[in-house]
This record gives sequence, C-alpha cells and structure tokens, in this order.
Amino acid sequence: MKIGAIAGITFKEAKRDRILYLLFFFAAVAILASRVLAILTVGDRVKIIKDVGLASISIFGVLMAVLIGTSLVYKEIDKKTIFTLLAKPLHRAEFILGKFFGLVLTLLVMTAGMSLIFLAIVYLHTFRIEWTMLVAVAYIFLELVLITAVAILFSSFSTPILSSIFSLAFYLIGHLSWGLELLIKKMQAGAGRTAAQFLYTFLPDLENFNFKTEVVHNLPIPAGIFVYSFFYGIFYTAFILGLAILVFRRRDFI
Amino acid sequence: MADAIKIENLKKSFRLGFIPKTREILKGISFSVKEGEIFGYLGPNGAGKTTTIKCLLGLIFPDAGTIEIFGQPHLSTRARQALGFLPENPYFYDYLTASEFLAFYADLFGLPRDEKEKRIARLLKLVGLERAASLRLRKFSRGMLQRVGLAQALINDPKLVILDEPLGGMDPLGRKEIRDIIVRFREEGKTVFFTSHILQDIEMICDHVAIIVGGRVVKQGALQDLVSEKVLFTEMTVSGVPPEAFRGLGQSLSTQGDRVFLKILEQGRVDDVLALVRERKGQVVSLSPRTETLEDIFVETVTGT
Repeated sequence: MKIGAIAGITFKEAKRDRILYLLFFFAAVAILASRVLAILTVGDRVKIIKDVGLASISIFGVLMAVLIGTSLVYKEIDKKTIFTLLAKPLHRAEFILGKFFGLVLTLLVMTAGMSLIFLAIVYLHTFRIEWTMLVAVAYIFLELVLITAVAILFSSFSTPILSSIFSLAFYLIGHLSWGLELLIKKMQAGAGRTAAQFLYTFLPDLENFNFKTEVVHNLPIPAGIFVYSFFYGIFYTAFILGLAILVFRRRDFI
Repeated sequence: MADAIKIENLKKSFRLGFIPKTREILKGISFSVKEGEIFGYLGPNGAGKTTTIKCLLGLIFPDAGTIEIFGQPHLSTRARQALGFLPENPYFYDYLTASEFLAFYADLFGLPRDEKEKRIARLLKLVGLERAASLRLRKFSRGMLQRVGLAQALINDPKLVILDEPLGGMDPLGRKEIRDIIVRFREEGKTVFFTSHILQDIEMICDHVAIIVGGRVVKQGALQDLVSEKVLFTEMTVSGVPPEAFRGLGQSLSTQGDRVFLKILEQGRVDDVLALVRERKGQVVSLSPRTETLEDIFVETVTGT
C-alpha cells in the first residue's frame, strides 16, 4: 500500500518530466528514420528497419531510465520533501521500492509507446503484425528495469550528474563484459584467469537481454536461455535494489 | 503516564567539508516532554534545534543517547503512527493540488477512502484552505504552504505534533490563527513540541520550554518558573512637564512635542514621579511596569554561555 502510494507519486512526477517526452520524440524519429536507412542499404530492408527500431527502443529507454532515475531520489533529498515522508511510518526500504516501481511503470508506458510506433512501421512494410518482435522488446524492458535499479542505487548517495555517468558506465560495461568471457576461454589456467573469472562473475552481462539478432533473423532461441536471462535479470535487479536499500538505510539527511 | 518525548544524553557530530572536519552539533541533550503539554524548544541559529528534531524523527542517526516517543523506541512504527511533523520552510510536490497532496499522505497511513476524504475536508477547513483545495501547490504562497504543511502533519490525527518554526513566514493574522490551532491541540489532549524564533509566541502558548545553546540544553522548566513576576523597570509617558524636572527620578529617554518618555528603574520612584506630575499640573499618558519576559531570559542565557 505504502509502496504503491510512493510509486503512484513517482509516476506522476516522472510523467511531468520534459526529458521523458524529448527522448520519446527522438526515439520516434529514430524509428521512423529507419525507413530512410533501409532505402540507402543494400539487402533486406525490413531487417534494417527492425534492427534500427529495436536498437532505438533500447538506447532511448536506457537514457530515460538513467536521466530520470538518477534525479528521482536526489530531488527528494535536495528539496527536502523526504523529511515529511520519512517522519511517517514509512520504512526507507519502502521508499526506495516505491521510487523503483514508479519509474518501472513509467518505463513500461514509454516502452509500450515506442513499441507501438515500431510495430506500425514494420506493419507498413510487411503488412502483418510481427508479435515475435515483442520478445526482444520484453527483454529490453527487463534490461531497463535493471538499469533503473542501478540509477536509483547511485542516486541514493550521489549527485544526478555523477549518478548518470556511473549508470551509463554500468550499461557500457554490461554490454562489453562478454569480451571477458571470451578472454577467459582463451586464457591458460592460473591467477590471471581466476581474476578474470572473478571479475566476470560480478560485472553485469547485459548481452543476456539481447535477443535482437535472433528475433530479426528468425533464429531459434532455446527455452533455457529465455529462462536463464529472465532470472538473471530478476536476481541482479534484486541484488542492486538490496544494495540501494542498504546504502539508504544508513544515510543521514542533514 | 509515559512521557510523550524522552531524550537522554543525545550526541551527534558531523564530518563535513572537502577535508572532513568533525563538528559536534549535539553534546549530550536530555529533556522530556509530558503528554498533553505545549513544549517550546528555543535556541539561536545553529544551536542544534533542527538536528534534535531530525534525530527524533529518525532522519539522522545519533552517535549516542536514547530517544523514546510514548515509551517506544523512536524508530518503531508504533511511535511513528502517533506522530505528525511540519518541517521548517516546507517544500512539497508542487504539481499536486492540496487535496491530492493530503490524499497521498493519508495513503501512507493506509486510511480507508471514506475516512480519508472526510479528514482531508476537515483539515483543509481547519487551516483555512478549503477554497484552495483544487489549486496546485506551485501557486501557493509561503504562508499557504505552511498551512498545508500543518494539515499534512495532522492527517493521522497524531498524539504528538512536532513543528519546526511553524510561525515563520506567516503574516500577523496567520500567526494568530496557527497559534490558536496549537492551543486547540492542547485542549484535544495532543502534545506539541515546537521551535520558534518568535519568543512572544512561545511565551503566549507554551507550558514548558528548553533553551539550547551550542548543542547543550542550558535552561529548562515550566514557563512560570523561569519567568519571574518581578518588575524590571517602569515605562511612563508624561505630558506638560519639562524633561529637566525628572532629573534624579528616572531616565528621560526621548521627548516628542511636550511628551516625555521616562524609564524608571527603581519602583519606589514611580510614586515620586506621579506626585511631581500632579504638582506641576501635568498629565500621565501611559504607565507600564515591565516584568521579566522570556526574551530577557533567552538573551541572558545565550549571552551568558
């Protein structure tokens, strides 16, 4: 109930943010512009449209999660609205979870909007609604959920600019860490490999949520990978939220 | 009956700055607030008033000491259920209307819908904002924000109300209204803990006061015990008698036309001055004995430490 109230107010606040609409506008432009790119490209035009469309949803979704997520908690502390909230019978964990779910709801609405434009553009070329695209979108959304948790973690102890840099760094590391996995396979056993393995265990691997290629090219995806990626997302998000709550619980609000 | 607030040996320091330097803000604060009384917490800027309140509310964690609210540890949910708080210079979600704002706070207490609507309407009326119910907080003046802040502090019908500078930024009429509301709390059996810079307000409505200076409570007790009935001096305005005539009787502070404003330090001299005025066929315009006020005690305490 209390988490719901905080989430509701967060949703109301986030949907008033102009950045959100600016990013949505650019995402829409990028999805529409995929048609132009398709004309310029040799090969399967529809695949280019799908590729660019899904990438746009992913990138602009991440920017929304980071730019709004990093200011949400900070703003409450900076404007001191948190004083009256925490004086109520509200646990700090409930506050963090409320903020998280509020932003997740905002991103859900935005992702749905972007997907609608994307599906419409694809429909104009194939004359059918390609529901399989939504599989890739669902995992992009799961990634956004994780990025939201990361943005809120940084926002609970840092300024919005620093938090945005940290969160975007997390996103980049997450999409490059698969290189480490390759490296581990090629390394000889020893201290170096153990260290690389240790690092790989803790660093995020956001490629787990990337089903764009498979969906665009109609490649089969084993069910096990779906399940693994789903639980990977859920547990990693829970871990990051747990950290955010731990940091937030011990904080003094001067 | 348990104390509404019981604070014992509360200590808090902060490490602030680029090169962190420890600053001790609270150096062992102890006091208690009895149920049903209005308690004034005074001190100069930076004395630690707001830090004490933040410790009380669990916004910051003390280094040492204990805090109890109605006999419960201050961080427990039961203690929080009984508490209402209005911060200094309140800032709230400015995109909400007054009703939406109060509904949000009511949801944090899990109030049922019917009860919520009734209570919001009652509180908006209490703080004189019933006409501004559907106005966004962005358009509120500072005084109106203070009122809606007071309304949110009362949304759970608290037994203990903590108000940080509730009268700041209010016009004289608004201050009187808020003062009346606070006095009504006492009649309803609520306990009020509040800080204010406006000592006359505290003097008018408080039962007990504590004065904090430099992170320590330097004076506390019932207001009537602290403020004595002793006359400090008498102020008198006289007309029709030249100021030189009062030499040796009292200090002639100023003259305006044929009026002389006198300050008589010895009480025994007041009759002499009255006799002189009568003898010279003058007129007494005003006569007021000045007893000790809270402000005198406050200034004496703060400058003495």
